[in-house]
Amino acid sequence: MAAVRTRRRLKLALRYLGAIALTLFFIFPVYWLFIISFKTPEEIFAYPPAWVPKSIQFANYAVLFKDGDAETVLNSLILAGASTVIAMLLGTIAAYSLVRFKTGGENLAVWIISQRLMPPIAIVFPIFLLYVFLGWVDTFHGLIILYTAFSLPYVIWMMRGYIEDIPLELEESALVDGLSRWQVIWKVVFPMARTGLFATAVFTFVFAWNDFLFALVLTRTEVTTYTVQVTHYFGGQSNFWAKIAAMSVLGTLPVFVTVAFLQRYLVRGISMGAVKG
Amino acid sequence: MTSTFLTAAPGRIADGGFKYWIIAPAIFLLLLVGIFPLIYSLVVSFMRITMMENDTSFAGLVNYTHLFKDKRLWESILHTLLITAIALPIELILGLLMAQLFLEKFPGRQILVALIVLPTIISPIVAGATWRLMFDQRYGPINQIISWFWGSEVVALWTINPNLVYPAILVCEIWQWTPFMFLILLAALSNVDKSLTDAAEIDGAGFWRTFRNIVLPAIWPVMAIAILIRGLDLARIFDVIWALTQGGPGTKTETISVYTYSQGFKQFETSYTAAIAFLVVALLTVIIVWAIRRMGLAK
Repeated sequence: MAAVRTRRRLKLALRYLGAIALTLFFIFPVYWLFIISFKTPEEIFAYPPAWVPKSIQFANYAVLFKDGDAETVLNSLILAGASTVIAMLLGTIAAYSLVRFKTGGENLAVWIISQRLMPPIAIVFPIFLLYVFLGWVDTFHGLIILYTAFSLPYVIWMMRGYIEDIPLELEESALVDGLSRWQVIWKVVFPMARTGLFATAVFTFVFAWNDFLFALVLTRTEVTTYTVQVTHYFGGQSNFWAKIAAMSVLGTLPVFVTVAFLQRYLVRGISMGAVKG
Repeated sequence: MTSTFLTAAPGRIADGGFKYWIIAPAIFLLLLVGIFPLIYSLVVSFMRITMMENDTSFAGLVNYTHLFKDKRLWESILHTLLITAIALPIELILGLLMAQLFLEKFPGRQILVALIVLPTIISPIVAGATWRLMFDQRYGPINQIISWFWGSEVVALWTINPNLVYPAILVCEIWQWTPFMFLILLAALSNVDKSLTDAAEIDGAGFWRTFRNIVLPAIWPVMAIAILIRGLDLARIFDVIWALTQGGPGTKTETISVYTYSQGFKQFETSYTAAIAFLVVALLTVIIVWAIRRMGLAK
């Protein structure tokens, strides 16, 4: 008996050891990014590199706010926020049409999800030329429309699953009670599917928030996102270390906070609903 | 069921177009970003629009024949395949092993999982920027750590040395996306019926046989989707390359996305870029259809 217990303990100890080692590997670069943003120039360029900053100071952030670079985070917020709200509204009613009326049959549904597979690089050049023609380059609505369209297949796919779970009787009795079709969607479908709405919205938001390619091509100076701004600090020979780190942290913290609060939705959203969670 | 729903409230059957109205905006936007660019690319790829000239007359297959002679293009496809072929299996196997390690509950498990997942929700461009700082030959910790083990000072130029750029890109890529595989596979493994694996164990089946005959078939549908999503993301890899090497040194790490970008937005080879875009879509479509059939994802 004692031998079995010792083996059990040893196994648990090994499991801990492995788990903690792995966690350290995955967390260390994030830690490194954060401490650089707090370091003074002397510490950033100390040799050998310092693993623990002597003091926490916010001068690197203050510079970003003073120069207005921090506004790019606000741009990202507007773009990601607006496109998420629009994509959720349009995507959910489209999914409702697919589920309840079988609009276009299975073919339309498959076509919609296949649009998720479209490589951004293949469409960004024609879109750029279209936007030049329309005068939409470097505008908020230009990027919001693009992000919305790009998120729609995902939103429709996810919301289809959640809407199928809503009991049909609820909608029927609402119709019998004299609600219009629109009211049924607004007062029955949206509230009933709110868990799914949140889960899907998180990923729609993160997709737009983390985008780089579209923003690189379609923005100039007015709606620069934080991802593009970070690359402005890269240099061939020398990088603006403090600015890269501080800007990256400013852009990363909101996502960390959002996901921390909505962690239970993570798995289902990340796997496109393949895992019921 | 649906038929009762459709005939419910007969007074409102006049809203027959309703189902189309609510799907129309989404379809319109999808046509705008999905179909318009393809049609546009197709048309323009038969013209001769470059930075120098704006010749919109029919040019035949000149751009398409050029595709086959373009060494840089095929090298960039090769680079993309190389990265995918190495990163995808490593992410999958490492993710699976990690999921197995975290499968049994132990105190602190939730927190460790939450921390491990952080790299996946970071923007790829920030992930690249982070590793750019990590890999710095003098002020980054990577060379410092290697020096400890090596015994003497190591000055490896990770983002410049042709022999080291791929390891650098792969480390960043695997670091960011293994947690993605891990999270999905952990959820899939947790859903496997424990009584089945227990029964197999009692029958004397070893770990490997239990895994192959019971666990793998159970998690396969989820695993296949994870492989598909990751494979597609790797095929379009751009941000990490942009942050670490910009395709360099020379064109050594240029992937298909980076090359297409440079043709379109640096050389302004409008017609040729359109032809490349079409080739990319065609290649990916073939691969996707093949993969979906092969993995048994088609219902």
